[in-house]
Amino acid sequence: MSEARIVDARGSFCPGPLMELIAAMKAASVGDELEVLSTDRGSAEDIPEWIKKVGHTMVSSSEEGGVYHLRVRKAK
Amino acid sequence: MKRILIVGGGTGGTILANNLARRLRQEIDSARVSVTMLSASARHMYQPGLLYVAFGKMPASDLYADEKALLDPSIHFHVDPAESFDLDHNEVKAKSGKAYGYDYLAICTGSRPVLAAVPGLMENAHHVYTEEAATKTAEALRTFQGGRIAIVTGVPHKCPMVPLELTFMMYDYFKDRELLDKVSFTYTYPIGRIHSLENVAKWAAPEFDRMGVRYETLFNAKEVDGVKKRVHSEEGSVVEFDLLITVPPHKGMEVLEQNKLGTSGWIPTNRATLAMEGRDNVFVLGDTTNLPISKAGSTAHYEAEVLGENLARLATLGGAMRSYEGKVFCFIEAGKDRATYASFDYKNPPQPQPPSRAIHWFKLAYNRLYWNSVRGLL
Ligand SMILES: Cc1cc2nc3c(=O)[nH]c(=O)nc-3n(C[C@H](O)[C@H](O)[C@H](O)COP(=O)(O)OP(=O)(O)OC[C@H]3O[C@@H](n4cnc5c(N)ncnc54)[C@H](O)[C@@H]3O)c2cc1C
Repeated sequence: MSEARIVDARGSFCPGPLMELIAAMKAASVGDELEVLSTDRGSAEDIPEWIKKVGHTMVSSSEEGGVYHLRVRKAK
Repeated sequence: MKRILIVGGGTGGTILANNLARRLRQEIDSARVSVTMLSASARHMYQPGLLYVAFGKMPASDLYADEKALLDPSIHFHVDPAESFDLDHNEVKAKSGKAYGYDYLAICTGSRPVLAAVPGLMENAHHVYTEEAATKTAEALRTFQGGRIAIVTGVPHKCPMVPLELTFMMYDYFKDRELLDKVSFTYTYPIGRIHSLENVAKWAAPEFDRMGVRYETLFNAKEVDGVKKRVHSEEGSVVEFDLLITVPPHKGMEVLEQNKLGTSGWIPTNRATLAMEGRDNVFVLGDTTNLPISKAGSTAHYEAEVLGENLARLATLGGAMRSYEGKVFCFIEAGKDRATYASFDYKNPPQPQPPSRAIHWFKLAYNRLYWNSVRGLL
């Protein structure tokens, strides 16, 4: 697996994991993979929702010890 | 002698410098420690005041104080912006050509609005993130006779409360001018609710419903069409406007990017120690960090207090003791005469209280008390 840039949004209530991801996506290049770390259960739903709406790719999603790992790829 | 160098004379840098001067009084007097600050300006701006300037409630001249007068006299202050950082040799070169050596470095150069990140935004939108822009916004609001107002928020941005505050304050402003029946508001927000803080979103949504403010979530502006007066989002939706108000996307300072200290000018920072990743004598605070917390004056303030204690120990005894726990406190103006607040950290979400006049008056008082706060008197 290629190296993903980590977006460590654990404990982030504001701006929160999705907003952190949106910011990181802007700075990334097409094809880059990012992995968001989040302790917010809601982000396991709202990150895939946003990724789908914009047309990026959801690579994987898992949870380990209360930390969600959401891996995405910038598609455009 | 241990030399502490602070780059940036805003909220974080000023509180840190005064905190160190107080803790290290004896060491500074006996020339065992020195504290030097470099800044890009001789003036210090109280940025939250820009919101009031945009509504004609504060003269722009009230935004500023002389930075030197805010600093303890023992601090060596130079208006000499940093241009290159040689972290391997503990040296910062500034615009004057002078090199400043250090044993400990704190970087707190803040953030800047980058409207150019969204095509058409600069040409068509008003905002409140500089004195010039806030003054122009005041004029745009004053001469607006009715139509569609759209509020568009970029990511990341400084001060998470501004999108809501602008909306509440514009509503009250046009209510006072008896123009509400001629004005419509569309509030957009980048994520799936109307504010990043869930509890704040829960409180604000029914307020918006009551006010008739329409909202569109998952909206990240892609481009602004100034001819058709439309904002297109990354998500494929469109919002129309006659008056476009933006909370623009931000970046850290260009000089940090040029020096390869961090992508988009945000420096990778340890969330507990505030040390720059990979360095043990370079620290970062305020807007400039890449931490997933609000870019707010209160964040810079709490970080500066932790760093002040730790740097004072490092420069004397060696070994930092305190961790930053992600503390943030934000007032939220809920109109022209009511306000609430949100207080939270890495572990505890905020529980906003219903807005009250008392909190609004406290915020107005804080607008003045700020100068005592950065002096370290609060
Ligand atoms: C409209 C508005 C409303 C706001 N409302 C609130 C609020 O209600 N509550 C709240 O907590 N926060 C609020 N904020 C945010 C708050 O003002 C900032 O988050 C805070 O000032 C950040 O502090 P800082 O020390 O990181 O940066 P700043 O205070 O921005 O200071 C940066 C300093 O670095 C200096 N500098 C820049 N480049 C260089 C260089 N190359 N070399 C040396 N020095 C340099 C600058 O001159 C400046 O002195 C608001 C901001 C705005 C714009």
